[in-house]
Amino acid sequence: MQMPEPREDILARKDRIVSRLREVLPADAVIDDGIELKAYECDALSAYRCPPMCAVLPTSTAEVSAVMKICHAEGVPVVPRGSGTSLAGGALPTADSVILGVARLADVLEVDYANRFIRVEAGRTNLSVTGAVEADGFFYAPDPSSQLACAIAGNIAMNSGGAHCLKYGVTTNNLMGVKMVMADGEVIEIGGAHLDAGGLDLLGLVCGSEGQLGVVTEATLRILAKPEGARPVLIGFDSNVVAGACVSDIIKTGIVPVAIEFMDRPCIEATEAFTGAGYPDCEALLIIEVEGSEAEIDDQLSRIIAIAERHDPVEVRQSASPEQSAKIWLGRKSAFGAMGQINDYMCLDGTIPVSELPHVLGRIGELSDQYGLKVGNVFHAGDGNMHPLILYNANTPGELEKCEAMGADILKLCVEVGGCLTGEHGVGIEKRDLMGVQYTPEDLDMQMAVKDVFDPGWILNPAKVFPLDVSAARRG
Amino acid sequence: MRIESETDLAEAVKGANGPLRIKGGGTHDVGAPVVGEVLEVGIVGVTLYEPGALTLVVGAGTPLAEIEALLEDEGQRLAFEPMDHRVLLGTSGVPTIGGAVAANVSGPRRIQSGAARDFTLGARFVDGAGRVVKNGGRVMKNVTGYDLVKLMAGSWGTLGVLSEVSLKVQARPEVQASLVAEGLSPAQAVRKLSAALGSPFDVTGAAHLVGGRTQVRLEGLTGAVAYRTKALQDGPLAGFELVEGAASAALWAEVRDVAPFAGTDAAVWKVSVKPGDAPRLLDALGARVSDAVLDWGGGLMWLAVPDTGDCGAEVLRGEIAKLGGHATLVRARAETRAAVPVFQPEPTPIAALNRQIKAKFDPRGILNPGLMGV
Ligand SMILES: Cc1cc2nc3c(=O)[nH]c(=O)nc-3n(C[C@H](O)[C@H](O)[C@H](O)COP(=O)(O)OP(=O)(O)OC[C@H]3O[C@@H](n4cnc5c(N)ncnc54)[C@H](O)[C@@H]3O)c2cc1C
Ligand SMILES: Cc1cc2nc3c(=O)[nH]c(=O)nc-3n(C[C@H](O)[C@H](O)[C@H](O)COP(=O)(O)OP(=O)(O)OC[C@H]3O[C@@H](n4cnc5c(N)ncnc54)[C@H](O)[C@@H]3O)c2cc1C
Repeated sequence: MQMPEPREDILARKDRIVSRLREVLPADAVIDDGIELKAYECDALSAYRCPPMCAVLPTSTAEVSAVMKICHAEGVPVVPRGSGTSLAGGALPTADSVILGVARLADVLEVDYANRFIRVEAGRTNLSVTGAVEADGFFYAPDPSSQLACAIAGNIAMNSGGAHCLKYGVTTNNLMGVKMVMADGEVIEIGGAHLDAGGLDLLGLVCGSEGQLGVVTEATLRILAKPEGARPVLIGFDSNVVAGACVSDIIKTGIVPVAIEFMDRPCIEATEAFTGAGYPDCEALLIIEVEGSEAEIDDQLSRIIAIAERHDPVEVRQSASPEQSAKIWLGRKSAFGAMGQINDYMCLDGTIPVSELPHVLGRIGELSDQYGLKVGNVFHAGDGNMHPLILYNANTPGELEKCEAMGADILKLCVEVGGCLTGEHGVGIEKRDLMGVQYTPEDLDMQMAVKDVFDPGWILNPAKVFPLDVSAARRG
Repeated sequence: MRIESETDLAEAVKGANGPLRIKGGGTHDVGAPVVGEVLEVGIVGVTLYEPGALTLVVGAGTPLAEIEALLEDEGQRLAFEPMDHRVLLGTSGVPTIGGAVAANVSGPRRIQSGAARDFTLGARFVDGAGRVVKNGGRVMKNVTGYDLVKLMAGSWGTLGVLSEVSLKVQARPEVQASLVAEGLSPAQAVRKLSAALGSPFDVTGAAHLVGGRTQVRLEGLTGAVAYRTKALQDGPLAGFELVEGAASAALWAEVRDVAPFAGTDAAVWKVSVKPGDAPRLLDALGARVSDAVLDWGGGLMWLAVPDTGDCGAEVLRGEIAKLGGHATLVRARAETRAAVPVFQPEPTPIAALNRQIKAKFDPRGILNPGLMGV
């Protein structure tokens, strides 16, 4: 993966830049010690590492603004960072950059149940947003699997999804407003506790812009009343094709499960070995969760099971207790961990039209044979967001490159069948060089024109999202 | 001129040597009046419809009625429930999906399921320089690059002319029912609506006609709707009466289309605020408001005011500046709309961003110039 060469003129000014930053921040909020900087050298795409020139941890919007003014004046690249759980290398620094971490901006600023919103500082973790309202029967819906660690700031930047987004939508559908520091340090507010934009929908533009348009310091989020209850059912099938058809039939009936998760045989076997969840021995399984009162849950599940029965399931496993529900979810929730036990893995994130599921799974199997790398598939089937996990050995020379080449082939396949490169993890550096597969030069130019408006000097996270050769002229 | 293909559209825009007035069905004439040659988007037809994936891809000029009929055959619908503006605006014509997306038109269900912008998965459009651009796609989850689809939704044809849109559609519920009460004040009504929306019962509509009904809607499986209406009647909506089926649907069409204001010559404001602020705003405006309909639990206010002077813009926007939100003058005489900013004036830094975005998308400033005040 290529990154721009660090600019010598910036590195030469390091001392001055660091001392200017110290002037506007608390003493412990500027880190330029080589050892401490290691903590910021990568995100969850840990195959790529590079310590930044320095890292700052401001404690207020005013401090973020002061930092941006300095970096803007000095022409220093700034990489915003939440919790560093990006799987796309979104928070990967360059050697001449300043990491701007928002982890110390974690307060709850306002909770309003009557109007159903919460306003938080953007460094707050996803799960602790729900934590702040849970006791009163509310929750924040987007729930990435990384929710214990990841920050709302990162969720907004990546427009993150989660297991429950089939019913509740992803971040952009639950975000009502932001406070954001612009590249030149100006503080703006977009949206608020009301719905929809009065003019151009800049909020929709900021969400998913991967830290390239501004540094988000506060967010107003929609909160919802917790459903009365939830219960999963597990259904095993003897082929991927049949499981895929079943998903499509369920969606068509109008029942909206909160989640439809899919696992294929390699994944089932790996999680069985790891967790002993007691999953059936089958080619594919679905875990479908519905919500409501006990009676509503029974009603929905009986309709879902009736549809499944038409597809000759190997097994239909219902849950009669919270313990059994937990057991059904156990394997799915530990799938990544289980695959990680077998080997290193790369987690892809393409989305495909649900109808293409059988074809795409078949092709992935062929690619797996062709490259000689094992793949497990576990994904959000209701919306076609796939997460093929390619297993490789990082210590075997050349294997990472082989894995990346195979990953690229799978993502190209996703686009070919009408889907996209990334459904929820973002482009970052990981999919940056594949953008041309999905978009024409005109498409990309229009997107970069938006960055030109927000960040004319291209100092915010400049080496991400757009292929380096395509953005070269703008990055200067 | 009426354009029937994307290629012709790109040619027409590229070749234009003056301002263009972008038109779908022309039923939703909102904004500062635009002077220019009419460019009517007649790109029609269904490119793809996969009921099992809840996806529909159509030409932007496709009549909404056609789309509705197509979806109905498969037991589906558009989730965002856009209004029929012919009722409120007294216009005629055939409303198009491009117009609905360009104006981000969403009805009562917006409070629960989202706006037009939330259901638009992808778009193809021609920018002001005549370049064909696509963004998003046809799949439900897509974070590949910037989300220009959101920007296009609600840009009123000022940034680009939509040629094709992909939408996420929704299954029609088995049944719907409403709970209705009479005689509540706006403050009482908003408290009730808020309690219902804050319940776990998945309310899909919450409205109040000032001086008239307060209504809450439930949709879904038969058993669930029966259970939830009862739970609400036993709880926060004690004393509300049950209305079912077609009678229930009629209550919501009236709110969606702001039917009480039809045929009057009042000017109409569409105001978005935090629901709890609605009663306060009504108090502040006092007798100036001749009629009001509150939707989205109070968060969407339709206000009828005499079409004189600035239609109360100064007072209204002064209050909104304190509360947060925005007010759009959706109906008024052309002279009024030429004098009073139709869209909420934005704070300086946001206005600057809007102007620069407009300049990037439409360098010659020929697409609906002035319509949104940028
Ligand atoms: C085990 C695991 C499971 C995961 N599961 C999911 C999942 O189910 N769904 C999902 O969508 N993702 C998932 N992810 C990916 C990741 O957690 C999300 O992308 C998350 O939103 C990143 O948040 P973060 O705070 O860690 O951001 P970081 O990794 O710190 O940064 C991510 C991006 O956000 C930008 N950014 C950070 N802070 C700001 C700010 N203040 N202003 C502007 N931009 C900023 C960064 O520059 C970067 O581009 C998973 C990751 C892991 C490791
Ligand atoms: C199921 C359903 C049924 C509906 N039924 C009706 C109905 O029967 N009657 C009715 O009036 N409304 C109906 N609507 C509401 C309708 O969606 C809105 O009123 C819509 O804005 C009107 O569309 P139009 O084509 O007439 O818009 P116009 O008045 O032509 O345009 C509205 C705005 O969008 C811009 N615009 C139009 N087309 C484009 C384009 N292709 N690209 C960029 N900008 C564009 C225009 O410049 C203008 O600013 C219905 C909506 C739905 C979803």
